[in-house]
Amino acid sequence: MEHAAPPAWVMLAYLISGVFFILALRGLSSPATSQQGNRFGMAGMLIAVVTTLVTHEVASLPEILGAIFIGGGIGWVTARKIAMTDMPQLVAAFHSLVGMAAVLVAAAAFLNPEAFGINGAEGLINPVSRVEMGLGIAIGAITFSGSVIAFLKLAGKMSGAPIMLPMRHVINLGTLAAILGLIGYFTVDQSPWIFWTITALAFVIGFLLIIPIGGADMPVVVSMLNSYSGWAAAAMGFTLHNTAMIITGALVGSSGAILSYIMCKAMNRSFISVIAGGFGAEAAATGGPAKEQRPWKRGSAEDAAYMMQQAESVIIVPGYGMAVAQAQHILREMADVLKKQGVSVKYAIHPVAGRMPGHMNVLLAEAQVPYDEVFELEDINSEFAQTDVAFIIGANDVVNPAAKTDKTSPIYGMPVFDVDKAKTVFFVKRSMGGVGYAGVDNDVFYMDQTMMLLADAKKMCEDIVKALQH
Amino acid sequence: MDFISILSIFVMACFVGYYVVWSVTPALHTPLMAVTNAISSVIIVGALIASAAGGSPTAKWLGLIAVALASVNIFGGFAVTARMLAMYKKKER
Repeated sequence: MEHAAPPAWVMLAYLISGVFFILALRGLSSPATSQQGNRFGMAGMLIAVVTTLVTHEVASLPEILGAIFIGGGIGWVTARKIAMTDMPQLVAAFHSLVGMAAVLVAAAAFLNPEAFGINGAEGLINPVSRVEMGLGIAIGAITFSGSVIAFLKLAGKMSGAPIMLPMRHVINLGTLAAILGLIGYFTVDQSPWIFWTITALAFVIGFLLIIPIGGADMPVVVSMLNSYSGWAAAAMGFTLHNTAMIITGALVGSSGAILSYIMCKAMNRSFISVIAGGFGAEAAATGGPAKEQRPWKRGSAEDAAYMMQQAESVIIVPGYGMAVAQAQHILREMADVLKKQGVSVKYAIHPVAGRMPGHMNVLLAEAQVPYDEVFELEDINSEFAQTDVAFIIGANDVVNPAAKTDKTSPIYGMPVFDVDKAKTVFFVKRSMGGVGYAGVDNDVFYMDQTMMLLADAKKMCEDIVKALQH
Repeated sequence: MDFISILSIFVMACFVGYYVVWSVTPALHTPLMAVTNAISSVIIVGALIASAAGGSPTAKWLGLIAVALASVNIFGGFAVTARMLAMYKKKER
């Protein structure tokens, strides 16, 4: 490859591809336009791939098509088969692949700079390109190893509890500083050992950064890794002077960053404290031995069915426990029966419900809950005061009033649903023993208007449906 | 393209990304992550260049593996996004 700029139409094609990716995200502003947006994304990708193939001397087309076929086949089958509850680990696994691809591309560019048109005088790689490659391979490697750990934790193949190494902040900061220092040094000395040391250190730091982060903080981690995969693509876009990659990298990078921000805000935690890790461990230590026993009321499926039939309005607050019990389908059936009997039913979803941003919405959509019955925290919270029944299923911390009143609580300041203002509260829970991720007791259990429905969420909904149909 | 033009595109795209992503409805945040995953696999462009070029067999094989990994993501990411989006239905009236 010579250094001359590519023809104008090629640059235009990559630009169009980038614009199509913007339209793909724009489509997601409403479920009505989202499917068309996704098609824009596919078209953008097709344009980018075809443009690259026709403008390069492809010596090995059969191998390339074979690689696309094998990879694409695996991806396609996985996407068809995956259960919606397993979305978070699928996304984490996909992030790791983007990270690994970035590492491989950066390594290939280092080994064969002429192919990428980044070699300057005397066969050396341009210093600017070296910085870009160094950043690309470092971010890619961090994305890879971090996502692998996130995947293992989300898939339950590794304990979700934080793993705390002694001196971990010192080790982490030292490793990061070493990576940045080596990338700087790489501009004056192009020795392979520097490049590979950067790569190895980045793999290690990705691993070290994620192991101390507990299960409850995984939504932030998955969003953050999403962001990293974008920055890795952008860094490689700088190396290749490719508009499509730069635009996409910037889009994905900002998307992940914004999602991380939304998640942190919804938990009232700072991004730094999430990254520093150890949330679950601290909470278990402080919130363990509970206060004195307080009286609470136990309700039955019949009580719940009767009260909800009499009600004018019911708001359902689902949490991850509902997904674990696979109760979303029977829950929707329960809502259908109530609606037929003239009760207004709405769903209230907290931003951190589930294991990734928007996870609960997908699970309800899968259970055929219409999306216009599902409301976000700030849109529905004022309605609890006028609501007859709040039906909490598999959620806990997100309805805990301690977040509003108890300054010593680990969840203080987190925005929560005002379920305590509803006339009657039904709280579906496995037993009185367990507490939420934050490990704090919940005053809602002991309120006069609360009835605890102690059972498996799916079983309880089935019983309520039976009682409703009598 | 010189570095400054590329940097300009990058900075502008960050701003576009910022505003576009804030306009995404929270109900679609999971599909957003799946589709951003798919489009970030545009890194396949680099993988194709590496695997198409002669010169270094190692680089070519690294490129081919990267093509396969990115393809998993592209096909998987768009397919799973399409599958999720098809589930979002309005109330029947």
